[in-house]
Amino acid sequence: MPAINVSKALDQSHASGVFDLAEIPLRELNQALHDLTPGSNQTAWEVLNPKGSHSVAVGVDQPVTIDVRGSVGYYCGGMNDGSAITVHGSAGPGVGENMMSGSITVKGDASQYAGATGRGGLLVIEGNASSRCGISMKGIDIVVHGNIGHMSAFMAQSGNLVVLGDAGDALGDSIYEARLFVRGKVGSLGADCIAKEMRPEHLALLQDLLDRAGVTGVKAAEFTRYGSARTLYNFNIDNADAY
Amino acid sequence: MCGIVGLFLKDKALEPQLGSMLSQMLISLSDRGPDSAGIAIYGAPSGNEAKITMQSAKPEQDFSNLDAELAKAIGAPVSIAVKSTHAVVRTAPAKVDEVREAIQALRPDIRIMGAGEVVEIYKEVGLPETVVDRFDVRSMTGTHGIGHTRMATESAVTTMGAHPFSTGADQCLVHNGSLSNHNNVRRELIREGMKFETENDTEVAAAYLSSQMAHGKNLGEALEGTLSDLDGFFTFVVGTKNGFGVVRDPIACKPAVMAETDQYVAFGSEYRALTKLPGIDNARVWEPEPATVYFWEH
Repeated sequence: MPAINVSKALDQSHASGVFDLAEIPLRELNQALHDLTPGSNQTAWEVLNPKGSHSVAVGVDQPVTIDVRGSVGYYCGGMNDGSAITVHGSAGPGVGENMMSGSITVKGDASQYAGATGRGGLLVIEGNASSRCGISMKGIDIVVHGNIGHMSAFMAQSGNLVVLGDAGDALGDSIYEARLFVRGKVGSLGADCIAKEMRPEHLALLQDLLDRAGVTGVKAAEFTRYGSARTLYNFNIDNADAY
Repeated sequence: MCGIVGLFLKDKALEPQLGSMLSQMLISLSDRGPDSAGIAIYGAPSGNEAKITMQSAKPEQDFSNLDAELAKAIGAPVSIAVKSTHAVVRTAPAKVDEVREAIQALRPDIRIMGAGEVVEIYKEVGLPETVVDRFDVRSMTGTHGIGHTRMATESAVTTMGAHPFSTGADQCLVHNGSLSNHNNVRRELIREGMKFETENDTEVAAAYLSSQMAHGKNLGEALEGTLSDLDGFFTFVVGTKNGFGVVRDPIACKPAVMAETDQYVAFGSEYRALTKLPGIDNARVWEPEPATVYFWEH
């Protein structure tokens, strides 16, 4: 896409930061977001008619707010680094995949692998999340108001996954050092994932996450903490013969 | 990848639009699979005739005068409506097997896509839009239908390798995924007497369901069986004469979204496929659970 088209689109019809995807190609939206520089005055963006589009607002690296009015497809907000994205609808697979910092809030449900491999920032799902939520998370914080599906937090390395509802089967399979807080039932725990004691520092951490995610009327003490038994990823001298 | 769609109408007022709604849904998923596309439409039952959908690589030659030759061969009236490379043969329900045999004897190169009282199946190599235009699917009416756009993984890009696959009267299936035990299951089904047209894994899934239903199971029970008897990745959308079903394997990697209103139940590989359906903004939209059978019947 020639740069001139982008600036033209911005100058003429998008001075207000409103992009109607029924009229403007997705690439122009994402290019305009990528063209933002530090200190830009254009800090509030709105995306209309996403209608399940893939890759809406991926790779944004400036602290702007982006309100997406409707449901999105794959990878919304992927690699987000500092922006605050709100999806006023549901999100397809891979919302916030590899987020670095900033926040993403999904007002509806999220499909598979929400927040996968995320390294930072806060992902809030106000509805339910599907399977593999937080798979391979590496520092992201994820708060799900509803339930999460099976194989969530698989090989999760660090960060916090908070679930106000229930978790599906094989939660935290092969987990490293991420913390999982579940308020409801857990279908089953994956290999090397165990329930752990809730110490004061965990209660404080969880309360802070609940506050930042806008959760009210729920106490940190209602949750159970799960994490790694550390028998799988640490070398165990008793197993030396197996190698 | 592949894209699959399904639409089951509850509101009769929408039946004239079934073909256009399903076409639009399928076209919206074109970039999930550009190799070939297909659609099965369940029309209104006429009560006294059956339909056989057939396909030929040389339609002008193969379909020419075939109605008269078939009528003569079976001793009963036969009509043929040609649509591009496909044609629908109409005959008395009791004559279906005889007509199939006569077609194979008179025109050995013709391939049978499927048969039943209400189903018509159209599939070809090409993009969904090309296939939909070629067969004028938008003008078709009906009660329910399923569609598929293919990115081939398990067998060749050919007309017969396209979905839907039909292996029983008014039964057909579309599949997103790949099966790993299809050769074994095919061998077992062949021993039972099932016939196969291709080396395709999805045809085995269709034949498995046909076999289960022939043994007296309903659609829901047959779909339940896929969870223990088929190994691999799958989201299946299945049509029967009066029913519509969905099942995903327990791992459920293959995407799926469903929507239900008072007017319809719809399935799409992605939400994109559902965005132009009437009343979608107020529909109940959800992701079907893994290893869970969903089915509706008229």
